[in-house]
Amino acid sequence: MASKGIAGIWLEEHAILNATRKTRESGSTKFEVISAYPIHGMEEAAGIQRSWIPYVTMVAGSVGLISGLLLTWWTSAVDWAVNVGGKPFFSLPAFIPIMFELTILFAALASVGALFYACKMPKIDPPSIDPDLTSHKFAIFIPHNDTGYDEAKLEKMFKDLGAVEVKKTEF
Amino acid sequence: MMKRNVLVIGNKSLKDVTDDICAPVERFPSKGWVGMFLGAKMLLLFYICILASVVGIGIGLLGVNHPVFWGTMIVTFVFWIGIGHAGTLISAILFLFRQKWRTSVARTAEAMTVFAVMTAGLFPLLHTGRPWLDYWLFPYPNQRGPLWVNFRSPLLWDVFAVSTYATVSMVFWYIGLVPDFATLKDRAKNKLRRSVYGALSLGWRGTAKNWSHYEMLYLLLAGLSTPLVLSVHTIVSFDFAVSGLPGWHTTIFPPYFVAGAIFSGFAMVVTLMTLVRIGFKEFQNYITLDHMEVMNKIIMTTGMMVGYAYASEFFIAWYSGNQYERFVFINRAFGPYGWSYWTMVTCNVIIPQLFWFKKLRRSIPVMFVVSIFVNIGMWFERFVITVTSLHRDFLPSNWGMYAWSWFDTGVLVGSFGMFLTLFLLYLRLFPAISIAEIKPVLNVGYDDKGGHH
Repeated sequence: MASKGIAGIWLEEHAILNATRKTRESGSTKFEVISAYPIHGMEEAAGIQRSWIPYVTMVAGSVGLISGLLLTWWTSAVDWAVNVGGKPFFSLPAFIPIMFELTILFAALASVGALFYACKMPKIDPPSIDPDLTSHKFAIFIPHNDTGYDEAKLEKMFKDLGAVEVKKTEF
Repeated sequence: MMKRNVLVIGNKSLKDVTDDICAPVERFPSKGWVGMFLGAKMLLLFYICILASVVGIGIGLLGVNHPVFWGTMIVTFVFWIGIGHAGTLISAILFLFRQKWRTSVARTAEAMTVFAVMTAGLFPLLHTGRPWLDYWLFPYPNQRGPLWVNFRSPLLWDVFAVSTYATVSMVFWYIGLVPDFATLKDRAKNKLRRSVYGALSLGWRGTAKNWSHYEMLYLLLAGLSTPLVLSVHTIVSFDFAVSGLPGWHTTIFPPYFVAGAIFSGFAMVVTLMTLVRIGFKEFQNYITLDHMEVMNKIIMTTGMMVGYAYASEFFIAWYSGNQYERFVFINRAFGPYGWSYWTMVTCNVIIPQLFWFKKLRRSIPVMFVVSIFVNIGMWFERFVITVTSLHRDFLPSNWGMYAWSWFDTGVLVGSFGMFLTLFLLYLRLFPAISIAEIKPVLNVGYDDKGGHH
């Protein structure tokens, strides 16, 4: 869902960090900061909370572990128990590798799924403010429905914070 | 305080980094690349013919026969799986240890992992002899009872370990590539290129919230891949160690196999990186001699670990007092396959000692030659373990030799065709250094920008 709004573009990492901090202090809550790489200290500057993906990993990993246990136990000891070399039907030590691998597999795939959900991916051809944002420029975008949205005021704020370009755009 | 060497030479700006790394993907291929690609592709076609014969006519074309029923397929499988391990070590384990130098080699090392695992994965599937029935390896409800797979067998653990490893390392690699695909999309000059890289980038937008989740996921995948990679070669070693055969049945196998895997994988990384540096001159500023030197140090260290394992294995075979164990090891070194044992020792233990000298470990020709020797040595290590343990049984009436046929040579040589074709295509189509990851470490070693913290 592309929304209209205003964007400022910066060229320096420290400038974008400062601009983000100021934008947040100005009361904007729906702003987005766009950069080509993760910026050290951006979470604090933009007030982003710690990602919730690890909880998904934990739950999916546990599900994987239990699935591995149930799969090996049910097929080897319940559904059709076959005597292999006189070993117990439920040979737990021998089942640990299966349980371990399924833990990792479930945890990894679910975490990636969580990232897709969190970043609303995959998305076909999302609007782009500037093609150089994936290379060497940085931007702050404020959507029109943000609290206290006033184009003239925001344009002035971005300019004062050292933006090299300010434009009305979609993101 | 020690001054850190710069990670990226030439005081690059952010734009320089994007331009440099995208250049090989965006320009017309060089003659060198085309030449190598045609060579690799011919080898791949040859490989396809060889495998088609092995599948169509039968596994008997290879030298596997009584008493050596595990031959080239298994040896080469372990060889390629081992190669893959260095990629995960660089991308995941060194990431967790915050080794910033890993950044510029991680992408290519991981690509090597993915292709090596793909190459390796074919062997056990074909080695079953009737590959069209390979779906029997997986536990699925069937009309034969259902008769389930035997979860007590290390061969089945291998099915789970290798398929999980292939899946997770591919996903890890792809997630790393997503922001770089977005970069390539935004730089695209024509529509087709824009659509293809746009689709590959999955609509990545690079907002601060996205990056926050992304970095967390990257950390999680690194954390999950680390025990995974150690488990994979451990389980591969269980294929041997869990059996009762002298020469295989030893507790040293898991750490010994993992060290060997890292050793051989780093050798392959060095082989490939020296070539990449020659082919793509702009990468020499990113994959510097310092990077190559660090990897050579790892090769020497793991080489000595492997050497220690050889010695300790031999000592324990004698010290255990088990006459079968003792016989196997003496036979390994001085029996009919003694030549392969000493090839292994020379290539893996003696030749890497050259890296004690700083001059040699910073010399591109020297490291290229040494890494090739290590690759040869590590293939022979698996040959020694597999074939020499099998060819002398408890009963002398069971003794024999491995009947190496030219199909064995074809399978071994051809597998390089598959690997190199994939690798060369990767170099042309994907950014071979992570653009998004190299940018945050650009300042390392440049004092005026406050690079070290």
